[in-house]
Amino acid sequence: MIQEPRHHKAQLAVIGSGMAGLAASVFALGRGIATAQVGNTGAVAYTTGYLDLLGCHPVATGTLLEDPWAGLDALRGDEPRHPLARVVDEDIRAAFSEFIGVLGRLGVRYSEPGEQNLRVLSPAGTVKPTFSVPMTMLAGAQAYAGRQRCLLLDFRGLKGFSVRQVAANLIADWPALSTDRLPFPGLEAGGEIYPEVMARALEVPETRERLAERIRTVLGDAEVLGLPAILGVHAPDHVHAELQRLIGVPLFEIPTMPPAVPGTRLREMFEQRFPAEGLALVPQQKVQRLELGDGGGRLSLRDSYGDVTIEAETLILATGRFLSGGLQAQVDSIRETLLGLPVAQPDGRGAWYREQYMDPRGHPVNRAGVEADEQFRPLDTNGQPLSPRLFAAGILLANQDWIRQRCGAGVAVATAYRAVQEVARVLGLE
Amino acid sequence: MTSKAQSSFQSNSASNSASREPIHETEVLIIGGGATGCGVMRDLALRGIQCLLIDQKDLNAGASGGNHGLLHSGGRYVSGDAETAAECRVEGDILKRLAPQCIEDTGGLFVAVEGDDPAYAERFPGLCAAAGIPCETLTPAAARRLEPALSERVFAAYAVPDATIDPFRVTLENVNHARELNGSVYLPHTQVIGFERHGDAITEARCRNNRTGETVRIRARQFVNAAGAWAMRVARLAGCDDVHVFYSKGTLAITNTRISNRVINRLRPPGDGDILVPGGTVSLLGTTSDAVDDPDGVRPTVEEIDRNVTQGAVMVPALAHARFMRAFSGVRPLVQSGGGAGDGRSITRGLALIDHVSQGLSNLTTITGGKLTTYRLMAEKAGDLVAGRMGNSTPCRTAEVPLESAPACQWTEPGRAPRYWYDRNNPGDMILCECEMVPQSAVDEIVQCAPGAEADMTLQAIGLRSRVGKGPCQGAFCSIRIASYLYDRGFYQDHAGLSHMREFVDERFRGLRPVLWGEQMAQMELSEALHCGLMGLDLLHDEATTAAEDKS
Repeated sequence: MIQEPRHHKAQLAVIGSGMAGLAASVFALGRGIATAQVGNTGAVAYTTGYLDLLGCHPVATGTLLEDPWAGLDALRGDEPRHPLARVVDEDIRAAFSEFIGVLGRLGVRYSEPGEQNLRVLSPAGTVKPTFSVPMTMLAGAQAYAGRQRCLLLDFRGLKGFSVRQVAANLIADWPALSTDRLPFPGLEAGGEIYPEVMARALEVPETRERLAERIRTVLGDAEVLGLPAILGVHAPDHVHAELQRLIGVPLFEIPTMPPAVPGTRLREMFEQRFPAEGLALVPQQKVQRLELGDGGGRLSLRDSYGDVTIEAETLILATGRFLSGGLQAQVDSIRETLLGLPVAQPDGRGAWYREQYMDPRGHPVNRAGVEADEQFRPLDTNGQPLSPRLFAAGILLANQDWIRQRCGAGVAVATAYRAVQEVARVLGLE
Repeated sequence: MTSKAQSSFQSNSASNSASREPIHETEVLIIGGGATGCGVMRDLALRGIQCLLIDQKDLNAGASGGNHGLLHSGGRYVSGDAETAAECRVEGDILKRLAPQCIEDTGGLFVAVEGDDPAYAERFPGLCAAAGIPCETLTPAAARRLEPALSERVFAAYAVPDATIDPFRVTLENVNHARELNGSVYLPHTQVIGFERHGDAITEARCRNNRTGETVRIRARQFVNAAGAWAMRVARLAGCDDVHVFYSKGTLAITNTRISNRVINRLRPPGDGDILVPGGTVSLLGTTSDAVDDPDGVRPTVEEIDRNVTQGAVMVPALAHARFMRAFSGVRPLVQSGGGAGDGRSITRGLALIDHVSQGLSNLTTITGGKLTTYRLMAEKAGDLVAGRMGNSTPCRTAEVPLESAPACQWTEPGRAPRYWYDRNNPGDMILCECEMVPQSAVDEIVQCAPGAEADMTLQAIGLRSRVGKGPCQGAFCSIRIASYLYDRGFYQDHAGLSHMREFVDERFRGLRPVLWGEQMAQMELSEALHCGLMGLDLLHDEATTAAEDKS
């Protein structure tokens, strides 16, 4: 293979392709900013598809939020350094509206966020508040809210997903639930079957027709039907609409354990559609070096075609936490991997985690991360912005607990929006 | 296989009209489901004596499950405790012969590293010879050829017949064999809370079922206190103050790969991080030794792990960069003879058999102290006393009857599940624990047939009887898959499955917490995203969480 060095020039380099990186590219492209993006998709592979803004506050009392906006008001008082506390409602609303609009235009439609959180189902049979859901999942929130007569279906050979489990945990609260199990058309040999294979099979009209035929035999008087998240990878809204038409009742997906189809949808949409939108994408490669200068930064990385360098006037660091590699835990301390940025962290490994896993307060280490100023510029050891051209977004940021607070997408989308606003300002585009 | 329904022990909930408490009757009640109690159960069953074994938690919840799994050659004790050394040598040979399915005959090395006392090392072969322990002198280069992970700073090395033993399989097989021999019964989660005493005899133990809170009464002719670190408390419930147990907490850590093929011991007076023991596909590094006041609720700490790793890396440098999957702690029940103090390293590992005659009791026997390696001998001594007190003259047979291997007891062995799965070649038998390749049929067999299988079998109980949750993901994924499978099978009908999942991942976290750095930290972040973010286990309603047994 011929290896020639490639060199990109960009107004903005987004480092990291998780939810925050994805959102940053959406906002940058929408403002006509020439953008290059690198890095692993990371935790996107683990998403349920639900977009949380803020589902729980305060976490210590396990208070689930009906109204995320009231929750944000309380958060701003209780945790002023929380990344979400630093973004005004108006920007959060604009950010989600723009983000969801672009995802919908590129193939994954989401429900219009409102004033209230939706209550949605987990594969455990628990219910959680979330802000916006893929349209393929919306009927589930409505079915639960109305306690409709609902049939939940799962499939022979799909492990880790049991509608009997979902129903066993919900039945007291939702008596009109029933369950059944079907063989999946074309995957009846008897071994394990995988959600992604089922999802791709359902993109074929014949598979949908055969599945619909089987579903109709067990549907009974159900008003609504729930399935694991398998309704197509590339055109989920089309698959959803077609299968719904064939069955004759509203249909919804329940997330499955990872690696799950909702994450695959976002990743493939991103990798396949964003370059056509103008993004210079070097996917799934880790940045080896980042040098900052007065005029921006220079990234060095390698992919299977050879060396790549990217010179960018501004940068957004959206490298995530431990799972995505933005943070690394050493035996005695936590470091930021790319620039060695100071990491706000508990004092010593003994203080990272509380003794009980499910301690309602959450673990101090989950609030460790990169500190930034009001413009989302990472701070150096003196508490000053390291560079006027470097910004940080997403769960790399300190002072939040995205898992326990149910605010992962909220932090990602809102801080990416603010970071891109600041990038535009630096570039003189305002 | 004898089913639970066919067991011959008496259970009668209506015999006592004054109280509705269920009453069990048995010939011998054994308290404590560690290696010793399970060994006594089988020992007595082989003499035709029917037993009921109880444990306040489940099998090997104390020191029997919280150790290296090292079948000592005796080399460890030659310099300080020659009697224990000799016992280890004899018992090790017996177990290798009669329970080979529980043992990997790895061999062991004793190595001294620059900085260690050369005189201590030079004395070693002579002390081994005196205790009858085979000991071969190796050059440092030869030792490193055998075990390339050894430090280049090793200056003395000896080979001894150490081996490894699976303590879970040992207890499971003992309980299973006793059940098959004469219908002896094991009840988990059953804790003694008092004894009824008439004259010089105990007539009845009052017990609490720690899962249901129900009170249970157990009548027996003889009572055996094999409660390990809890033996002093049990004796006091019977009014006896002649048991003195010193609690020595030991903490170990497990690497995600097998670093050495043999047991590697540091050749110096016992200290932290001086034994590295292979365990199937992993290695176990330990142990610390710290006095504690209370045997309950011990958990491994960051500081203990750091001590072990720092010391262990002197002997095996790769430990400094190893990925540790989990840590765990046990409390050694050391029996104090005099004014022993300090950290417990100097107290004998000898066994203690107490007949309580001096306390005016004729039918209580306490057996504690000792080593996992000497559990059979401890059971023999207790069995001799108990059988004699019952007028049963059948001699002990555990030194000649092989420990039978039962299918439902095989799942604790690393590598057993994948071999079984490939041999069966049934793609419909889906793998539930992907790290250790434990399939559905193994879970079925454990739930139905394994010793201690209960109507209310928990994920933790399944984990204790298999490799489930033992791999790098530490239960992150398999807890979800197994719970959903058990819901599918109708085993769970309500919130109990989620509560059990939560208890299981809580228990895994206890061991993960002190080893969370590097890759294991990324694993932990994923686990929390799954258990809390996806499944919502952190926000389970109160009615969905059962009372934690271990309120520590």
